[in-house]
Amino acid sequence: MLELAGVTKVFKTGMFGKEETTAVSDVSFTVQPGEVISLIGESGSGKTTVGRMILRLTGATAGSITFDGSDVSRFGRRALRGYYADVQGVFQDPFSSYNPVYKVDRVLGMIRSSYLPDLSQEDWRTKLRKSLEAVSLVPADVLGKYPHQLSGGQLQRLMIARALLLDIKFLVADEIISMLDASTRIDVLNLLGDLKERGVGILFITHDLSLGNYISDRTIILRRGRIVEMGATPKVFGNPVHPYTQMLLFAVPHLHSKWAEGAEGAAGWEHEVSESAAGPLVEVERDHLVASDEGTSLAGAQPQQAQGGENR
Amino acid sequence: MSLAVDNLRVYYRTLKGDVRALDGASFTVADGEIMGLAGESGCGKTTLGKSLVRLDGRMQVMGGTVTLDGVELPIADDNAMNEFRFREVSIVPQYAMSALNPIRKIGRMISELLDSRGVSYDETLPELSRRLALVGLDDGVLDRYPIELSGGMKQRVVMVLSTLMNPSLLIADELTSALDVSTQKAVAEMLVEFRERKFVKSTIVITHDLSILYQIADTILVMYAGKLVEKASAAKITEDPRHPYTRLLIGSLPEVGVRFADRRLEGIPGRPPGLLNPPAGCRFRDRCPLAFEKCAEEPPFAEIAPGRFAACWKAGS
Repeated sequence: MLELAGVTKVFKTGMFGKEETTAVSDVSFTVQPGEVISLIGESGSGKTTVGRMILRLTGATAGSITFDGSDVSRFGRRALRGYYADVQGVFQDPFSSYNPVYKVDRVLGMIRSSYLPDLSQEDWRTKLRKSLEAVSLVPADVLGKYPHQLSGGQLQRLMIARALLLDIKFLVADEIISMLDASTRIDVLNLLGDLKERGVGILFITHDLSLGNYISDRTIILRRGRIVEMGATPKVFGNPVHPYTQMLLFAVPHLHSKWAEGAEGAAGWEHEVSESAAGPLVEVERDHLVASDEGTSLAGAQPQQAQGGENR
Repeated sequence: MSLAVDNLRVYYRTLKGDVRALDGASFTVADGEIMGLAGESGCGKTTLGKSLVRLDGRMQVMGGTVTLDGVELPIADDNAMNEFRFREVSIVPQYAMSALNPIRKIGRMISELLDSRGVSYDETLPELSRRLALVGLDDGVLDRYPIELSGGMKQRVVMVLSTLMNPSLLIADELTSALDVSTQKAVAEMLVEFRERKFVKSTIVITHDLSILYQIADTILVMYAGKLVEKASAAKITEDPRHPYTRLLIGSLPEVGVRFADRRLEGIPGRPPGLLNPPAGCRFRDRCPLAFEKCAEEPPFAEIAPGRFAACWKAGS
């Protein structure tokens, strides 16, 4: 459904844009309907840039993004409008997604005026009620309210309900629960699971490994704009091969087991896994690709050049 | 007994009335104890932490006492607290990265701070560089401006600076929340190391992240809507929580290994009450599956077993 092939993004930085920063480098993967892929990376890994390119909020420097066979970068105004009826994004900060001056109904009403102008009042009401129910919101609790009267969880659910009004096929969810409290974040996460069961494809962008593990079918580990490991979530988490993935999983705090006594010392500070030569992705087992960087032990790997997604 | 807090109440003054952010907290922290202070946003954990060191302008102490090593802290008196701050109690604030003066070199700033406490910078320097080395920094940082350091480096500088006078109590507020997992672990372990080396006697670690606390804290105190809910050893709180709120909160955390496809975790329905006019009785009762008539009466934060405290009528059973 959605396919990224060799997607690269270079930002011009410094005075007069003389310097270049590669935010995303040669990223390829596909997402199928009803599949949740988590894109996991630390700050500066380029994970948000990937989401923004899919939503065409920024263009790719190289490579292509295709949705149902059409190149996203070629869309004109009309085609783009159609694209946004299928593909929507929800972002980290629910409070900045709303204009505090207007009632929250406005973001929903805008969907109607932009995409569903011919819908009768009655059909609209039914549709609205159904989308709100799908995200476990009671219409009376949220409609007619201003953003500050609602909780972060409610606002975030409302953003998802807004996407549901369009019967979207694909959702980019960028850190949508990192600002929510623990007791409500799991409900929003479960909502993504419900969407998936309805056949929506989801790119779940997060820095939190345990959330990614909980919800996603496949996992991509991004480091400095490059994919270092990707594949079926149980394989990436159960049998991490790249040293960077291993380091991440080693450092995640668990609730019922203590950190292993690591002989880390001062080396644990600024994690400079040395800038070793970067290698292409190779398949280590079925649906499990790892960057064959220097220092990666690829015992049992079949060194075949692999393009993301083909080996599903 | 290092720290004893008795019935502390701190409200925020607003035009609409008092926001009861911290409404009667009584607990103790022992010598050498690392106590985790956990809860969701708005539960009063930061208010509690701040009130032990420096109140911000809108905060008003409504009652209660704070005793540190047998001396009552004049927490309501900003000037009188100067004598204790930095020497006896110290805080690493939530935005530690922005806590440094941007127009002073790090070394000059530290020297000014020590001066204000009548301590010689030159005499402290050897110890300072030893401690910087301990957190992976060299003396070079002293000649740099904060802008030249990364977020993680600034955080470590603030950490070393706050503990330079070996305070009895250190309060670390969301120290690890803005960090990547890899640095998070190192910073959390630094807190334990500082305790081992007796740079600080006891520590209160404020965070919303229970799994970090499980790694480093001896005990965990859970707050909800301005009230203390439960305190016990880190192991007991996570393995066998007694208060329904703690139980539901822990049940809602996805652990590596739990997957949506296999087991669907549940959140806690509803939201905490507003603290402007909080309801009488147990503040969790609207969301609590075990609530019964008696919950209209406020449950005391009582010792239900040796070393275990909980504020719930049903926690003892």
